[in-house]
Amino acid sequence: MTDIGEAFAAAFSLVYHLDRDLGEIVLLSLQVSVGAVAVASVIGLPLGAAVALFRFPGRGAIVVVLNALMGLPPVVVGLVVYLVLSRAGPLGVLGLLFTPTAMVIAQVFLVTPIIAALARQVIEDMWSEYEEQLRSLGATPRRALGALLWDGRVSLLTAVLAGFGRAIAEVGAVMIVGGNIDHVTRVMTTAIALEVSKGDLALALGLGIVLVALSIAVSAAVALLRGTLAQAQAR
Amino acid sequence: MRTLVSGRRGPLARLLAAVALALLLAAPEAGADEFITVASTTSTQNAGLFDHLLPLFEAETGIEVRVVAVGTGQALRLARNGDADLLLVHDRPSEEAFVAEGFGSARFDLMYNDFVLVGPSADPAGIAGLGDAAAALERIARAEAPFLSRGDDSGTHRRERALWQAAGNDPGAASGTWYREAGQGMGATLNTASMMEAYTLADRGTWLSMQGRLDLGVLVEGDAGLRNQYGVTLVSAARHPHIKAEPAQRFAEWLLSPAGQAAIDGFTIGGERPFIPNAHWTRDESPG
Repeated sequence: MTDIGEAFAAAFSLVYHLDRDLGEIVLLSLQVSVGAVAVASVIGLPLGAAVALFRFPGRGAIVVVLNALMGLPPVVVGLVVYLVLSRAGPLGVLGLLFTPTAMVIAQVFLVTPIIAALARQVIEDMWSEYEEQLRSLGATPRRALGALLWDGRVSLLTAVLAGFGRAIAEVGAVMIVGGNIDHVTRVMTTAIALEVSKGDLALALGLGIVLVALSIAVSAAVALLRGTLAQAQAR
Repeated sequence: MRTLVSGRRGPLARLLAAVALALLLAAPEAGADEFITVASTTSTQNAGLFDHLLPLFEAETGIEVRVVAVGTGQALRLARNGDADLLLVHDRPSEEAFVAEGFGSARFDLMYNDFVLVGPSADPAGIAGLGDAAAALERIARAEAPFLSRGDDSGTHRRERALWQAAGNDPGAASGTWYREAGQGMGATLNTASMMEAYTLADRGTWLSMQGRLDLGVLVEGDAGLRNQYGVTLVSAARHPHIKAEPAQRFAEWLLSPAGQAAIDGFTIGGERPFIPNAHWTRDESPG
């Protein structure tokens, strides 16, 4: 069990010395995951709201598929995105493979279903609560969509945060499409996987501790924001 | 529903704007204009060879080298798809096949080290000191002593399978019993073997960089069948015109030149050289 003690020592030393490589890796992790979550929110929130509000044939099936896609295996998504972005693939000419952009693309596929599925539930609940009121004001589902998204923003933050949690923690997809290239596409999770493969378990665990701390910091920031939002809404 | 019509910028909008701005400002600088992608093996990366070589080459030429370290099998597949400009792996038969099939334009010996059969000090199969790796594997199979295979189609795994074949044994049938396939890189496999008290085949470089942390020892070494030759293979620009053939060739030439060979020679772990340069290339026979 000395590894666990060493891990905390390694984590502490990494942070204390403000390791430059660590800073770079943490920053890239945030850029990739926040970028992916931003794109996924722009797609997923309206998509989830639309599925919640409109009635159309096949809607039940879409809800089931959306919920199921929350469990997409990252390695499979990575492989599919690799095959598409590979020089031998249909979008190979773009030369995006082994770049942070490729990592964002892969994570968008992982995160969008999570945000859309959770947003659908939030919006559907709000709609069933306010439908009569909104309809009496002359609001159709189409006009209510934007309003409900805006009004549900505090709850929807949780959906976005769930998406971020998925993005920052996954390793399978970014490893395949990013290639874990030092100073170019190495992020927290791929760095951890590399240290495991090198057999440096203490450093791997140390990096893991830093990653968890990062997640807690993001989550705390969102909690603070939610408090501020709720206050602003109450006023 | 008052907020529906409110046009005021709330804290959410302000925060989003701040985050977007911060991430944009922090966006990594474009980096060197010129870079090449090298598909290589986990063994070279795990030993730390690239951390030693690349700064030297980059300082000399300004060409950035990006290494994607995967198993030899996957590295070959990346290069076959045109996703790498240069190949640095250790499975000569498949490197030569790569060239013969027209995916590569030329292959050169670069450096070598050797594989070692490592295992627990209790040595239940009694292989310590044997000079013949295949005979040692034979004994392990007969004793049904735990053996951990890489199981990941890497160069080391391919060599291990070749050795089993030489021993006239197919351990695949015993997979899951005494023969176990890790499906992991060399470092993780060594760690697991150490915990399982299992035998495994390791490349010397990774072994040297990790031996201090393992309850394993070298039991068989020095067999000619354990020699581990690394090669550099140029990816054919005829097959993949977008390949950065010119800078990739410069890197290959540098590795094979006296300067590159001296740099490989100068790389040590704990006083030992994990890779011994053995390029026999002169500038007259330019690669490519």
